[in-house]
Amino acid sequence: MINTEISHSFKERLLITSRYTWPIAALVLLLVFNVLMDASFLNIHFDHGRFYGNPIDILHRSAPVALLAIGMTVVIATGGIDLSVGAVMAIAGAVCANLLVATDASLFTVLAIGIASGVLCGLINGGLVSYMGIQPIIATLLLMVTGRGIAQLLNDGQIVTFQHAGFSFLGSGTLLGIPVSIWLVLAVFSISQLLLRRTALGLFVEAVGCNASASRYLGINDRTVKLMAYMLTGFCAALAGMISAADIQGSDANNVGLWLELDAILAVVLGGAALSGGRFSIPLSLLGVLIIQTLNTTIMVSGMPSKLNLLIKAIAVVLVLLLQSDTFRKQISGLAGRWRHS
Amino acid sequence: MQDQQQEQHALFELSNISKAFPGVKALDTVDFRLFPGEVHALLGENGAGKSTLVKIMTGVLAKDSGCIQLQQQEIHPSNTAEAQQLGIAPVYQEVNLLPNLSVAHNLFLGREPTRFGCIRWQQMAEDARQLLTRFKLDIDVTESLSQYSVAVQQLIAIARGVAMNAKVLVLDEPTASLDSSEVEILFDILRQLKSEGIGMLFITHFLEQVYQISDRITVLRSGKLIGEYLTTDLPRSRLIEAMLGQELQQVTAQPVRTDAAQAEALLTVTEASVAHSVDKVSLTVNKGEAVGMAGLLGSGRTEVCRALFGIDTLKSGEIKMREQVITLNQSADAMQQGIALCPEDRKTDGIIGPLSIRENIALALQVQAGWWRYIAPDQQRTLANQYIESFNIATPNAEKPIEELSGGNQQKVILARWLATRPQLLILDEPTRGIDIGAHAEIIKLIKSLCDEGMSLLVASSELEELVAFANRVVVMRDHRKVAELQGAELTAQSIMHSIAEV
Amino acid sequence: MIARRFIPLLATFSLLVVMFIVGGFQFEGFASLQVVTNLLTDNAFLLVVALGMTLVILSGGIDLSVGAVVALSGVLCAVLISEYQWHPLLVFPLVLVIGTLFGAFMGTLIYVYKLQPFIVTLAGMFFARGLATTISEESVGIEHSLYYAVADAGFALPGNAWLPSSVILLLVVFGAIFLLTHFSRFGGYIYAVGGNRQSAALMGVPMARTTIGIYAMSSFLAAFAGILYTFYTFSGYALTGIGMELDAIAAVVIGGTLLTGGSGYIVGTLLGVMLMGIIHTYIIFEGTLNSWWARIAIGLLLFIFIALQKVLNRSSTRG
Repeated sequence: MINTEISHSFKERLLITSRYTWPIAALVLLLVFNVLMDASFLNIHFDHGRFYGNPIDILHRSAPVALLAIGMTVVIATGGIDLSVGAVMAIAGAVCANLLVATDASLFTVLAIGIASGVLCGLINGGLVSYMGIQPIIATLLLMVTGRGIAQLLNDGQIVTFQHAGFSFLGSGTLLGIPVSIWLVLAVFSISQLLLRRTALGLFVEAVGCNASASRYLGINDRTVKLMAYMLTGFCAALAGMISAADIQGSDANNVGLWLELDAILAVVLGGAALSGGRFSIPLSLLGVLIIQTLNTTIMVSGMPSKLNLLIKAIAVVLVLLLQSDTFRKQISGLAGRWRHS
Repeated sequence: MQDQQQEQHALFELSNISKAFPGVKALDTVDFRLFPGEVHALLGENGAGKSTLVKIMTGVLAKDSGCIQLQQQEIHPSNTAEAQQLGIAPVYQEVNLLPNLSVAHNLFLGREPTRFGCIRWQQMAEDARQLLTRFKLDIDVTESLSQYSVAVQQLIAIARGVAMNAKVLVLDEPTASLDSSEVEILFDILRQLKSEGIGMLFITHFLEQVYQISDRITVLRSGKLIGEYLTTDLPRSRLIEAMLGQELQQVTAQPVRTDAAQAEALLTVTEASVAHSVDKVSLTVNKGEAVGMAGLLGSGRTEVCRALFGIDTLKSGEIKMREQVITLNQSADAMQQGIALCPEDRKTDGIIGPLSIRENIALALQVQAGWWRYIAPDQQRTLANQYIESFNIATPNAEKPIEELSGGNQQKVILARWLATRPQLLILDEPTRGIDIGAHAEIIKLIKSLCDEGMSLLVASSELEELVAFANRVVVMRDHRKVAELQGAELTAQSIMHSIAEV
Repeated sequence: MIARRFIPLLATFSLLVVMFIVGGFQFEGFASLQVVTNLLTDNAFLLVVALGMTLVILSGGIDLSVGAVVALSGVLCAVLISEYQWHPLLVFPLVLVIGTLFGAFMGTLIYVYKLQPFIVTLAGMFFARGLATTISEESVGIEHSLYYAVADAGFALPGNAWLPSSVILLLVVFGAIFLLTHFSRFGGYIYAVGGNRQSAALMGVPMARTTIGIYAMSSFLAAFAGILYTFYTFSGYALTGIGMELDAIAAVVIGGTLLTGGSGYIVGTLLGVMLMGIIHTYIIFEGTLNSWWARIAIGLLLFIFIALQKVLNRSSTRG
């Protein structure tokens, strides 16, 4: 009996490992490639109370997408999608920039209102999806179209710049030598992981994503679960928008977070989650983010045209989706079988 | 006339058809034949294999073995389009037409009259009008189909089949959502088509209609052919025997029923009605008592279960738990009252497929505990392993996704899920549906042991022997109403069947 | 009583008329034929893209790649004509074929591997945009006698208005798509697939051919729009058409096509594009309004129309 128990948990561990195998392999491959190109790629040095080097740079740059990916993971797990995160980033950035420029609100107030604007956007998205029954793609498309307009309106069509040491700390400050943005990602990751995996929320999210009808029979309020997921995404997007704004000390409603919704979705897909909902893993999605950002850096460092990025991402998405598709797997194994026979 | 038909060659004949799904033999060497100009009723309870047979003859599913012949020619329809081309046209309960297209377009989709590659809409409308006059339907054929009642849509589906020169019409529950006058219209059309030599297969759960329209009856049960009968030779009671398998019953030993002597009412339902499905049903479940609910498919038994679990809301009437009137707007309300339900449709309403056995078992308990009081995976596993062992669930471990289990084991997991919440009233809707024989016996044993332990149960089932084996009382449903309540000496499979069949 | 399915179409049409009248009273020269032809000229490529999007949405899908395909097609034209000195009449068919194959490939992924249209076309968008920028990051100018000839061609209309050749071409494409959608069997199949995939398959609709054909058509039209765009700007630029997919979807929905598929009209899309164009024109005439109001107005319109669809749908299933 004890023996079988052990073998069970061993198998479980193997199962979990196998979900990590491919993303980790991809990341390692990229890193090895980089080290071969430039032996000092992974070097980190400490200077003026702060760490420098490619790894830190990759982590710092990936912070906004990492935050988006955390929210996106949960939304996708409920069987939805949020296309508006880039626009929400723009709104939150514009809200904060204007508060900093036009009022003398305290830093805390600015941060609170910035976050609140994102959560409100999430509430709207979630309301449209779970209470009005609009398909998630369309519901969030609305805010994707309108959101940048709202941000532009707040900024009166300008790039609003500000000088505020406290707020800029979000983007360019360091804590213990490590950029604040990385700490923020770690904090949001830990809190969401705690909320989702140390309470039953994560299980409820997966249940709703796998089978909303059966979840209703179990007494799970699927609408509330979905609403919360979109609110979490709104929160994450707002924080990402604020980091981006703090980074450039201004709000550029046109360009902030452009295409980042796609990167976030790609990260979740690279992490192995199914777009139809169900099982999710935030650590795996973050691994996906690291792959994407390392790829960006690799292309930049190796001197290839940076636009190759888009091509490679496109091919990566299609390949990962094909590998998840039953039809494709059958075709491949069929082909392999025929090849072995001949 | 019947003798004449016997000499005639069958229009459409399926012989020795077998089909297996993982874990279940859906059809076991079944024969079916259809003569020109007859209405042939195909009957059987849920899971008897009717829909599998229909899917095979209409090209949706491939048979494992056997032979299909149309006018003495062997055919191999591999998809619906092919079957239709051959002249086998299906008409389903949920009309499988396109509600967004016009009536005329539905009739002629894919065969529109064209000139220079352009559809001639007026010509098509004209053709459609002409076709429908045969069906005595005078409607605006340019309106979209969704504007018309289900009855009209049903007729249009038949008309489409006829327009495509169908030789065989497969009518799968076409009358399920029609009222009696609409049924009359439909039957008039069927009689007309009979005179035109079209063979019709008719599936329904309304037995009166079988006697009204059909010439011949084939009965399936658990994937096996029970027999083919001339309608005039088969009295209703014998038909129900054939459907429910009464002759197999060697009157199992009467169960030792713990006399519900304390007779303390746990659940009292008074004149409860649900729109379109339950009509003033009253019933009581006493503490420690197992109450059965019998009735054919569509009699309202599933709907009673759903209403008691807060899935459907009551139109009128009241529900009391422990003498307290309760309102059930959602399943969470019912769970709070200590009510649990294993739903009829296990796949869509019961299991959460990709999640593990462990999670599926722990979920209801978790919902009850609230999201912040997390049952840690280790505790979940202990709980799950406990049930895996005591219910003898066939799985290597608790981590296997539930969708990979057989139907019987899935049902055990669902049972475990609810028993973990220690419910006061456990409602089981068709607990043995779609489950193979071995697991079937185990589930029954499990339910019996629950009875012995004093659990209050309400079990809806079409398997009468099962009900007789463990129920203290059986409520019989017919046409959305409660028609009888049997107990003590009156309670035999025979008497239940009698109540179901009575007109 | 007006059929329920015409309500969104009528709403759009009335809005268009109201905007035109209000603008006409408010500003001189607003309600003129020139404004109408300008609307068509300035939105020609958007309309062509939106026509393709209409087919896709009618079938219950979505195509997010169109803006990027417009850019790719434009860049291909510009580079082949200016740098490789190919004749435009050789380049155009080639570009159209490439566009069509691209769409057919996406359609194949969607149909054969049952992938969701939005993610496949999202990847398509990445791919086309990436390919376009890889070919040329800079805007490539086109100088060719054919371009000048076409630019000068056109008809004078009464009231000093000018009907340029691009609008004539646009009307031809519109007519062709109108016939295809409303008068061909293929058009019927599109509606059938959008109405109910399962029923359509049961009724013998060739699902593979229809699905792949729809996406091929959409990309073909996007490639065509890219060619039109080169005539408009005399150049090809990899960053054109960013966000155009959203404008196209908005135009289709505002034109009364049901987002869930199966119901809508090609004419509606024309009205939708015109309405969006007139909102832009109005804001330009107004002068004091921030141009971003147009985005917000379109977003609001989109929301109202989606809500309207929901309400109409609900009442039709209940009634």
